[in-house]
Amino acid sequence: MNKQKGRNTLRTMAGIVGLAFGVLVPFGAVQAAEKIKVGLMLPYTGTFAALGTAITNGFKQYVAEQGGNLAGREVEYFVVDDESDPAKATENANKLVKRDQVDVLVGTVHSGVALGMAKVARDNKTLMIIPNAGADDLTGPLCAPNVFRTSFTNWQPGFAMGKVAAERGHKTAVTLTWKYAAGEEAVNGFTGGFEAGGGKVLKQLTLPFPGVEFQALLTEIASLKPEAVYVFFAGGGAVKFVKDYDAAGLKASIPLYSSGFLTDGTLAAMGGSGEGLLTALHYADGLDNAKDKSFRDSYSTTYKMQPDVYAVQGYDAAQLLKAGLDAVKDGKLEQGAMIKAMAAATVDSPRGAFTLSKAHNPVQDIYLRKAEGQENKVVSIAAPKLADPARGCRM
Amino acid sequence: MNPQNSSRIALVLKLVVLAGLIAFPAFGSSFYTEMVAKILILGIFAMSLDLLVGFTGLVSLGHAAYFGIAAYTVALLTPKYDPADLWLALPASVLAAAAAAFVIGLFVLRTKGIYFIMVTLAFAQMVYFIFHDTALGGGSDGIYVNFKPDASIAGWVPFDLNEPIQLYYFVVVALVAVFVFLTLVLRSPFGRVLVGIRSNEHRMQSLGYATFHYKLAAFTLAGGLAGVAGFLYAVLFGFVTPEYLSWHQSGNVLMMVILGGMGNLAGAVIGAFAFIGLQEMFSDWTKHWQLLMGGVIVAAVLFMPGGLSALPRRIMKKVNGERENG
Amino acid sequence: MDFTTFLIQILNAMQYGLLLFLVASGLTLVFGIMGIINLAHGSFYMIGAYLAFALTSMTGNLMLSIALGIPLAFAFGALLEWLLFSHLYKRDHLEQVLLTYGLILIFEELRSLTMGDDVHGVDIPAMFSASIPLSDTLSYPVYRLLISVVCLALAAGLWWLMQRTRLGMMIRAGSHDRDMVQALGIDINMLYRTVFALGVALAALAGMLAAPISSVYPGMGGSVLIISFVIVVIGGIGSVWGALVAALLIGFADTFGKVLVPEFAGLAVYLVMALVLLWRPEGIFRKG
Repeated sequence: MNKQKGRNTLRTMAGIVGLAFGVLVPFGAVQAAEKIKVGLMLPYTGTFAALGTAITNGFKQYVAEQGGNLAGREVEYFVVDDESDPAKATENANKLVKRDQVDVLVGTVHSGVALGMAKVARDNKTLMIIPNAGADDLTGPLCAPNVFRTSFTNWQPGFAMGKVAAERGHKTAVTLTWKYAAGEEAVNGFTGGFEAGGGKVLKQLTLPFPGVEFQALLTEIASLKPEAVYVFFAGGGAVKFVKDYDAAGLKASIPLYSSGFLTDGTLAAMGGSGEGLLTALHYADGLDNAKDKSFRDSYSTTYKMQPDVYAVQGYDAAQLLKAGLDAVKDGKLEQGAMIKAMAAATVDSPRGAFTLSKAHNPVQDIYLRKAEGQENKVVSIAAPKLADPARGCRM
Repeated sequence: MNPQNSSRIALVLKLVVLAGLIAFPAFGSSFYTEMVAKILILGIFAMSLDLLVGFTGLVSLGHAAYFGIAAYTVALLTPKYDPADLWLALPASVLAAAAAAFVIGLFVLRTKGIYFIMVTLAFAQMVYFIFHDTALGGGSDGIYVNFKPDASIAGWVPFDLNEPIQLYYFVVVALVAVFVFLTLVLRSPFGRVLVGIRSNEHRMQSLGYATFHYKLAAFTLAGGLAGVAGFLYAVLFGFVTPEYLSWHQSGNVLMMVILGGMGNLAGAVIGAFAFIGLQEMFSDWTKHWQLLMGGVIVAAVLFMPGGLSALPRRIMKKVNGERENG
Repeated sequence: MDFTTFLIQILNAMQYGLLLFLVASGLTLVFGIMGIINLAHGSFYMIGAYLAFALTSMTGNLMLSIALGIPLAFAFGALLEWLLFSHLYKRDHLEQVLLTYGLILIFEELRSLTMGDDVHGVDIPAMFSASIPLSDTLSYPVYRLLISVVCLALAAGLWWLMQRTRLGMMIRAGSHDRDMVQALGIDINMLYRTVFALGVALAALAGMLAAPISSVYPGMGGSVLIISFVIVVIGGIGSVWGALVAALLIGFADTFGKVLVPEFAGLAVYLVMALVLLWRPEGIFRKG
């Protein structure tokens, strides 16, 4: 990777120098036919750095398990730190697609950045695998034959949580999230699931992203007295919200539900306030399957830390890519055949095997989990084989 | 060296650089052509800010707002399955940016100095929230410009922006046009008043100039030209996000103006090159490149008054053994 | 909204406003007295929060950490003034903007290098961890009330410092005419260093106090910075009273904006600012 970086530097500098003097600078390397060039565009700095690293680790672990190659092809990595900055999304993706001429783009975490990447992937017909970003649109109105996702849509865990909340006998609920796309999509999912089960969402509360002053809205919740509260928060906001909800005495009286990101990687910072929270996600601690166990064992041995949902999504991105490569065994990378094979693949994921919907999003079990100590222990399957409705996808 | 000579040298240099820019796509790969196009667009953006900062003495820390408004205008004017009309979308974007600058200018120009800096920042943040929080422009995830604007006039197609090379030359032409336009503006009586305001606003007032109106005109003009840049940026990348309006973008463009040396239009373009060049170089060296960038900014302020474009002159002075009066 | 809820919302607004005052007060001091625009002020808030986290994980006691953290922040501020800011007094605002913008990048990366990018929590000290029931469903955390009390005490303390002490008198004189004060034999450099360090310490204190309720995370300084700017603009640069009134105003605008016009809650504070600017371009409590 370092060598690669050095070469990029040289080429960038050569490009700039070449520009200044109008000199011809030939670059671009000759590539061997057996290689597959994988462009990893993920956050390695900033708030999502840990997620980007986990996805990368997961991806590389699968490649390592395959003996360091995928379907017999050597994997050459090209890495760009997207910094979770949507303003740089398209040009960062262009670095991989146009400069490095990768065969497949893998990324990213931040939905806005993923949208920018998908634009480049669509325009250049580059294969793309999204290992996290949950924006519904990516496998909705913006779906494309060459764009795949191994994670989830924001709608999925929200819908499953709504379904469970209704099944648990709650009749009314209030939702709260940041005023941004991911939150609104998750809340739509929850509202759909909850109201299909006979519940009623009294009010959808929001606050500006990434504000963390919740007190006014907690007061509002207390005065509305719903039977359940659904929230969508992640990172620092998640920690602060859960603590505030607890300190306001609401945790004891009104059950709090959320998509799993509320309690993934944040339980330690929440102290005791997170204990017992119920969340829905496509992965959980304590899954009873052999694949998950072997995945976790080898991940923790290799990287000296426990894997999380992000590592799983990265691992599955590599699996999905292999499924595509299997279809073009010794010929060149014929994209049509790869897409066909990937769309039809069953991915043997640590989360449980999943297939892909027509829009290329996982059709997967969503688990109900309960926070215990530092873990989100599986309770039950909240929604089996749940497919995103993929509204607006014409493919 | 007498001033006439040095301005002639400067002109020759500019023409050489322009020739280099025109020749570049023949040599650079499509990736670098796009990168240079991006830098040139940021150069336009920096020149528009330089009109305020360098010539009128108004330090705006919210200039990204007008850039972003124009970018959103073209995104919103582009139908889902068809291109927009270039000859409609371009003026509309620029006008939208200028109109926003005019309205915001009415507020912010009531303040001076530190206030002005903070208030421009706050207003830009307000515009950021409009695009981030409401469904108007696709919300926080951003919005696509699905098709690049169509340049045909009554069936005749002078050029096609879908061709990267033609788009590149379109940007070069825009850069030259904005440069020439601003040069003319600054040489006009209006431009002289602006420079007069920068050096001593009270004096201009006592000479009978309604400086508020002049400043408002400059602010509006700068907003409109930032709109030219925003329009091109949206067309180039086909993707518009609220982050185009974030205050970091405003800070970055200000940094370009300073790096190049304010009060110098060509310097603003040099600053854009230097800024993006450093960013690319540092981010290839280390993922903590912002540390280096921050260091360069601090060092530039402490040790390099006048920016890059003043460097040759300062070196010449040193060489000639003249006393520096920095 | 029933009456009890309305009263609780007023309490929320005041409590938030007071916390904002604490952050903004340091900024307005540095602006008003030294004429320096400091974009890195939010970074000092962030540094304070991380300092609270680091010290608390070492000492296990937030109060002790704050007691240790304040002098550290003060010393850090004095060092920065000596190294960087003292070179800026004669420069124009533009260069101040850029230098402090560069500092934001540097501080954020140093934070990432030394403390990582994870979210951290700081425990509320056990003796303040209780909550007071306000209605049948809602209680109010004692720690939040404590913060309000501390903020009020600091507001009073600052007022006293500025109006009633010799140091305050020198500061006020120094902000009007740097050269004259120097001619009177007062060490103006030392005076400015003190004021700047005080500003840094106030921002860091705000970060330390807020750490247990806001959690500690990357980028936490950015949002605080802009809201502080708005407060200083509304209140009038250099006015402690103005900052207090403006902070409370923003606390109300933010709280009731979220509840009453959630669609435009993000805009509420800026609209208030725009209105104040129309009415008084130099802020409500402009100086002289």
